[in-house]
Amino acid sequence: MPDTRLTDEQEALRKTVEEFAREVVAPVAAHHDETKTFPYEVVAQMGELGLFGLPFPEQYGGQGADYFTLCLAIEELARVDSSVAITLEAGVGLGAMPIYRFGTEEQRLQWLPELTSGRVLGAFGLTEPGAGSDAGGTRTTARLEGDEWLINGSKAFITNSGTDITRVVTVTAVTGRSEADASGTGKAEISTIIVPVPTPGFTAEPPYSKVGWHASDTHPLSLVDVRVPAANLLGERGRGYANFLRILDEGRIAISALSVGLAQACVDESVKYARQRQAFGAPIGTYQAIQFKIAEMEARTHVARTAYYDAAARMLAGLPFKKEAAIAKLFSSDAAVTNAREATQIFGGYGFMNEYPVARHWRDAKILEIGEGTSEVQKMLIARHLGL
Amino acid sequence: MNIVVTVKQVPDTWAEKKLDAADKTVDRVSVDNVMNEMDEYGVEEALKIKEAHGGEVTVVTMGPAKAVETIRKALSMGADKAVHLTDDALHGSDALQTSAALAKVIATLSPDLVITATEASDARGGVMGALLAERLGLPQLTQARKVTVDPAAGKVSIERLADNGYALVEASLPAVVGVVEKINQPRYPSFKGIMAAKKKPLTTLSSGDAGLDAGSVGLAGAGSTVVDSQPAPPRQSGTIVKDEGDGGVKIADFLAAQKLI
Repeated sequence: MPDTRLTDEQEALRKTVEEFAREVVAPVAAHHDETKTFPYEVVAQMGELGLFGLPFPEQYGGQGADYFTLCLAIEELARVDSSVAITLEAGVGLGAMPIYRFGTEEQRLQWLPELTSGRVLGAFGLTEPGAGSDAGGTRTTARLEGDEWLINGSKAFITNSGTDITRVVTVTAVTGRSEADASGTGKAEISTIIVPVPTPGFTAEPPYSKVGWHASDTHPLSLVDVRVPAANLLGERGRGYANFLRILDEGRIAISALSVGLAQACVDESVKYARQRQAFGAPIGTYQAIQFKIAEMEARTHVARTAYYDAAARMLAGLPFKKEAAIAKLFSSDAAVTNAREATQIFGGYGFMNEYPVARHWRDAKILEIGEGTSEVQKMLIARHLGL
Repeated sequence: MNIVVTVKQVPDTWAEKKLDAADKTVDRVSVDNVMNEMDEYGVEEALKIKEAHGGEVTVVTMGPAKAVETIRKALSMGADKAVHLTDDALHGSDALQTSAALAKVIATLSPDLVITATEASDARGGVMGALLAERLGLPQLTQARKVTVDPAAGKVSIERLADNGYALVEASLPAVVGVVEKINQPRYPSFKGIMAAKKKPLTTLSSGDAGLDAGSVGLAGAGSTVVDSQPAPPRQSGTIVKDEGDGGVKIADFLAAQKLI
C-alpha cells in the first residue's frame, strides 16, 4: 500500500521546524504583521537552521534533503505565520530553484551558496501588470547588444524583491519573435535572465499595501535600460516559458503545503478556544454546532495534506505530477480560506480583532486562491488533463 | 575533553501530564514525549566546550525504548555518540536508583566533564547533578550560568547563580557541572545534522549489561514511591479592586495580606 507516513528523519525535521516556529517565529509574528516589517532576525535564524538550503545538494551549501522536506518546513512555518512561510517558499522555490535547475555550473556556484545560506534572498520576476497566469503575455524585453542584455519593462507582485538582503532577481523577458505569422506579430520568444541587485536601472518600487502577508516583502519592479552580461542568460534562449512552467508546477505543491499549514493553524486555534470559551454555561466545544464545524475543518486539512504529499511523491519519483499539483493547490487553498472563515466565526467578536492569530490567518488566506496560479487556472489545468 | 551529558525524555512540556492509574508513575505512553527542555542547555554547553577545546560528547540516558528519540535529537544537534540504558526492570526507579544506574554507566566512559541540567520537567527533583557527583566521587559545580574550562590546567570554573548575583566556583577535572537555562541558546538540529545522527554510534545497555543488580532497580526496590495524588485545584478567581481614588492603598493592603510586602 502507498503510505503517507513520514520517515523518522522527515518527522525529526518537521518537529524541529515546529519548535522553531513556536519559539522564534510566533513571539514576533503579530508585531511584524502590525508594523508591516520584514522579520530579518527570523529569516537569519531560518538560514542558520538550513531551511533555505533544504532541497539542494551540499556542494551548493544545501542540506541534501528534497522538495517534499522543504514543503514540510513551509507547512510548519505557516501554522504560525504565513508571511515567514512564503518568504521561505519564494526564496527557495523562486529565488534559488531556477538557478539550480537551469543554471550553468558557474551560475550555480556564483549564486547558490549565498542563497542557500539564507544570508541573501533571490526573487523571480515573472508576473507583469498585464500578465499573470497567462505568462505568455510578457511585455518586458531584453535585447542583446554586443555582450550585454539591455532589459526594459516592469514586473508586478514580486516576493522578496526589495529587502535589504535581496541580491538577485531572475526576470523573464521577450528576447525575440518568431517569423511573422498571418496576424503579422509572430510568437514571442521568452527567455530568463539573471539580474544582480543592485544594477543601475533596476528599481524595486515602494511596497504594496496588501490585505495580508504583511511581513512578506512584495514590490513592483521597474527595469529601465538595465544592462547585464550576456552570460547572465539562465537556461537556453527561448526556453524561458517552458522553464517557468516547471517552476510553477513545483511551486503549486509548496503553496499547497503553505495552505495546509494555515488550515491546520485554524483547527489548532479553534480547538483550544472551543475548550476554554464558555457560553450558556458550558465550553462552546461541547456544542455540536462548534464540534461539527471543527470536525469539517480537520477533515479538509487532512485531505488537503494527503493531496500535496501525493503530488510531491509523484514529483520526486519522476512521474507526471501537473494534474496532482493543480488538485492539491486548488483543494488546499480552498480549505485554508474556508477554515480561516470558520475559525473566525468560532472566535466570534474576538475573531475580528487583529490581536488574535485567527484574524491574521483570515487576512492571509485569500491570496492562496490567487498566487501561483488562481483556482480558475488550476481547474483549467485539471480539465485539460481530462481532455477538455 | 571527554564530555558526558545526561538527557531525559519527558512528556511534552505543553501536554497535560498524568500519572499512570495502576502504579502512579509518570504516564509516558499516552502523551507526546520530548527531550527535557532544560537538557537542551546541557547538550548545547557540551557542544560549545567541545567546539572550543576539541574532544567528544557522549549522551547518556536512561529510559524506555522510545527515549531513543531524545538521544537522536542530541546526536542531531551535534553530539558524537550515545549510551541508552533501557530495560523494563528499570521502570519506576526513583532518583537514588537512577543516579546509581547512571553513575555506573558514566564511570565506564571515564569522562573529564559530566554536564547535567538543573532539573527535568516531569519529576522536578533537581537532584541528579548532586547525586551523580556523589556517586562518582567527583566535585560538583551546580547552578552554573557560565562554564569556563581550562583543560591544560585540569580545571573548570563556573559562575554559580546566587540570589544576589553569582559566586565564582572552581574545581579540578574531572567534575560534574549542572547548568541553568540562562547559560546559552540551544541550537536547532539542521536536516544535515538529523541525517548524520543516523550514522553515529549508539550503545544500548540492559541493566544486566550495565552490571546493575536486578533487585536494586525498579519500582519494587525504590526508596520513594508515589502513594497517592490529587489534581491541582482549579485556579481561584482573582480579586477585583475597584479604584475609587484609593486603588493604590487597596492593592497595597491586598499584597500585605498575602505577606508579599
